[in-house]
Amino acid sequence: MSYLDKSLDEIHAALKKGKVTSKELIIESLKRAHATQEKLNCFVTILDDVKEEKITFDVLSGIPYACKDNLSTKGILTSASSNILSDYVPVFDATCVEKLKNKNAVMMGKTVMDELGMGGTGTTGHTGVVRNPWDQTRMTAGSSAGSAAAVASGIVPYALGTDTGDSIRKPAGYCGIVGFKPTYGLVSRWGLFAFASSLDHVGCLTKSVKDAAYVIDAIKGIDEKDMTSFDSSNINLVEDYTTNVKGKKLFYIKELNDELKNSKEYYDNFMKVISYAKDCGIEIYEESINEDILRSIYPAYMAISCAEATSNNSNLTGIAFGSRKDGLTPDEVMINTRTEGFSELIRRRFVIGSFILQKENQEKLFKNAQRIRRLIVDKMTELFKKYDGCIMPNSDSIAPHFGDVNDVMSDKYLLFAENLAIGNFGGFPSITIPSGLIDNMPVAVNITGAVKEDSKVINIAAALEEKIGFEPLSTRKEK
Amino acid sequence: MYKVTIGLEVHCELESNSKVFSPAVNGYNENPNANVAYQDLGFPGILPVANEEAVKRALKVSMALNCKTPDEIIFDRKNYYYPDLPKGYQITQMTKPVGINGYLNIEVDGEIKRVDIHDIHLEEDTASLDHYDTYSLIDYNRSGIPLIETVTEPCMHSKEEALTFLETLRSLIVYCGVSEARSDKGQMRCDVNVSVSNTNELGSKVEIKNVNSFYNVGRAIDFEIERQTEILQNGGVVEQETRRLDDETGETFHMRSKVDAVDYKYFIEPNISPTPVTCEMLDEIRKTIPMLQLERKQMYKSKYDLSEYDSDVLVKVKENSDFFNECVELGADPKKACNWVTGMLMGYLNTNEITIDKVPIKPLMIKDLIDLVDNKTISSKQAKEVFEDMVTSGKKPKDIVKEKGMMQITDDSAIYDVVMEVLKENEEQAKEYNPEKTRMIDFFVGQVMKKTRGKANPAKTMQMLKEELAKYVK
Repeated sequence: MSYLDKSLDEIHAALKKGKVTSKELIIESLKRAHATQEKLNCFVTILDDVKEEKITFDVLSGIPYACKDNLSTKGILTSASSNILSDYVPVFDATCVEKLKNKNAVMMGKTVMDELGMGGTGTTGHTGVVRNPWDQTRMTAGSSAGSAAAVASGIVPYALGTDTGDSIRKPAGYCGIVGFKPTYGLVSRWGLFAFASSLDHVGCLTKSVKDAAYVIDAIKGIDEKDMTSFDSSNINLVEDYTTNVKGKKLFYIKELNDELKNSKEYYDNFMKVISYAKDCGIEIYEESINEDILRSIYPAYMAISCAEATSNNSNLTGIAFGSRKDGLTPDEVMINTRTEGFSELIRRRFVIGSFILQKENQEKLFKNAQRIRRLIVDKMTELFKKYDGCIMPNSDSIAPHFGDVNDVMSDKYLLFAENLAIGNFGGFPSITIPSGLIDNMPVAVNITGAVKEDSKVINIAAALEEKIGFEPLSTRKEK
Repeated sequence: MYKVTIGLEVHCELESNSKVFSPAVNGYNENPNANVAYQDLGFPGILPVANEEAVKRALKVSMALNCKTPDEIIFDRKNYYYPDLPKGYQITQMTKPVGINGYLNIEVDGEIKRVDIHDIHLEEDTASLDHYDTYSLIDYNRSGIPLIETVTEPCMHSKEEALTFLETLRSLIVYCGVSEARSDKGQMRCDVNVSVSNTNELGSKVEIKNVNSFYNVGRAIDFEIERQTEILQNGGVVEQETRRLDDETGETFHMRSKVDAVDYKYFIEPNISPTPVTCEMLDEIRKTIPMLQLERKQMYKSKYDLSEYDSDVLVKVKENSDFFNECVELGADPKKACNWVTGMLMGYLNTNEITIDKVPIKPLMIKDLIDLVDNKTISSKQAKEVFEDMVTSGKKPKDIVKEKGMMQITDDSAIYDVVMEVLKENEEQAKEYNPEKTRMIDFFVGQVMKKTRGKANPAKTMQMLKEELAKYVK
């Protein structure tokens, strides 16, 4: 087993002892990236010339990682997997990237994503679809598709991702890895190409819960460039890391569980995790949430995210940013640039967002969506007063085959379409961990907790992870 | 009768340490695109950070305009596409402006009129465009500069009222010390709404966008009143529309109709978390709001009995008025202080085209100067000489008087001696003295002054001469 496949503290120890060098890790990582690129298409950019870094007391020093292509990287192409930014080279680093740089972490590539983060399949990037390392006929989900595939296939021990609805956690679940979206504002969004600012989070994809704690500890912190970031000096995930969670209380949502009963294998898997939780000394309760509200999460999420997205991407007009397409008037330049630069799916979302924001529709669509958001957040916040967290199935399926689902929005009020967006609505810390295999594909559970209770969420997930004992794909292959 | 109704939307740049949502310098720079940060260009991945100083300054103007302040500061996005708008939206305030439901008193033809303020909000300016034959250039220096927009109710009914409101608002902003508010520097711009009606109902609103000077506001109003009146006279209907003023001809022309009105799709800016507006914060700001122009003028007239003209002259520039106030606070007689400030001091400032902060003179010096004249240490003629010295040297009047040996002789016996000496030397003239002929006594006064080098107290000298000369008269 290569050191690249080990946990972050194991790799760090090996680097410290000189058992492996930063250079060797980078070479191995780049080799794997190239070897899988054609099959999986994890990367928009592979940084072949990247230099090794000095090993310091920082656990991440000298270790390669992959970065989602919607995080601004100085001097390195950042396309957000969109034609409109296909030649955009930023002049500044996102705060999270800068923080990793300062800790001597080594960025080895920029990962493919759904165009501009707007999609959940990993199939809409301008450089092609990302394939699931477990089964290349299946998707990874998205939008942090390349990041998930890169970690799952062992190219890097961790990757940065972003999460607006479930963009870290959904693909993490489908790829059998850990996906963590911390509390809103724990990690600065400076340099993240905004999709829906009130829902956007920076987070990470790793192979273990402890690794996620290391990565978030490294990139968190108040940032004067992001007014929504907060002072988190009292949140130290690694320092407070423990798998002793005896006496903690979790609830599951009755309505989601009832729905899951229709798919026996998934229900059984979830109930097995519940029994593991009990084994850890966690008390489990059932709570009911109005099903109408639950079914409204998906449309509410779509309304809010499309509305914000249409505004957030209005800078891409070809005037200052966005590959300019010619026209006779400034209006024509902007229209042509945006028509040719965005794919049909994106334009569709912009039109929907624009429609929702129109004066005559705001009350009925935008404001009502926000009311739903408020209702669900209030309900969850109230429940978090009684419980340490909520445990949910990450999805009601394994990774779909290509062609089975697409990013054209559904008109059905699906319970499992966007259940993880609860975490984005409230800015709650939310972590997904693998919980087993069905049809030889990973399934996962999610723990979501109260704002700023990131440590609790991490520790509960860590205890479950220990009980579940899931073997990641990258180390599985070597067996 | 045709009824004219006017409403104004006045944009004014605020001074601040940096731009309203970015760390770039907020200031004039002749080099294009020199004062720009990533935020001002709309780079992918940027976030706005609200400038606390700009927010406080906007609140200050809001309170000076008697507005109701919000419980928290939030911003909204106004979404539209234009080449001068790098983000594709402008961060402004719609949901909770820094002020609503205020008013400003103005004085038109000696009458006080209240102009109601609908709201005042803080927002960012756009970039500026320079158009050439086949291309345009964008200068982002202006992008992100803080603006306050004051929106009045449609409650003015003449050009004079509108222009007086603008002047009064400008003075309020300058008095508050938040902006120079100079329209010649593009710091103040205006949208003008004019409607003419031949009924009691409000007529159709015609908006003239982006008028760049008070002079042009007047022209736009004149033109619109004439244009709309003519339409009504011919039995036509005035169309609700947005127009633009042609600076060259002074005529307005059609820009867009009501049906083409832009839907700005406002929504709350999600990247700026709400900041509570506390009572302490408002109290702190309130303390910094000075007495405004019109109130000062009224006080000068009623309390100090100054003339309309002098009061106007004093309040025109806040610093001059402040200077005058300080003289009075130090105990100077208001009328005398006013004479010095409006006469000698402002004369000097005007001649040299400088402002009061550029001269070394202090209010205490004026007060001392007045005292020196009052207690007859120096004559008023000498006082002018002292003033001319101190306005450039900054020396205390007493020191100047001492330096120049200006102390008047007020000792009766000393003056008496000189008077007697003069009479003795000019006995012939004394014998011819006739109290009816004032020119004769002037001769003797002149002689006394000559001997004392002007230091004899003129009043006392005159008194003694009259008494002594009377003895010569048979």
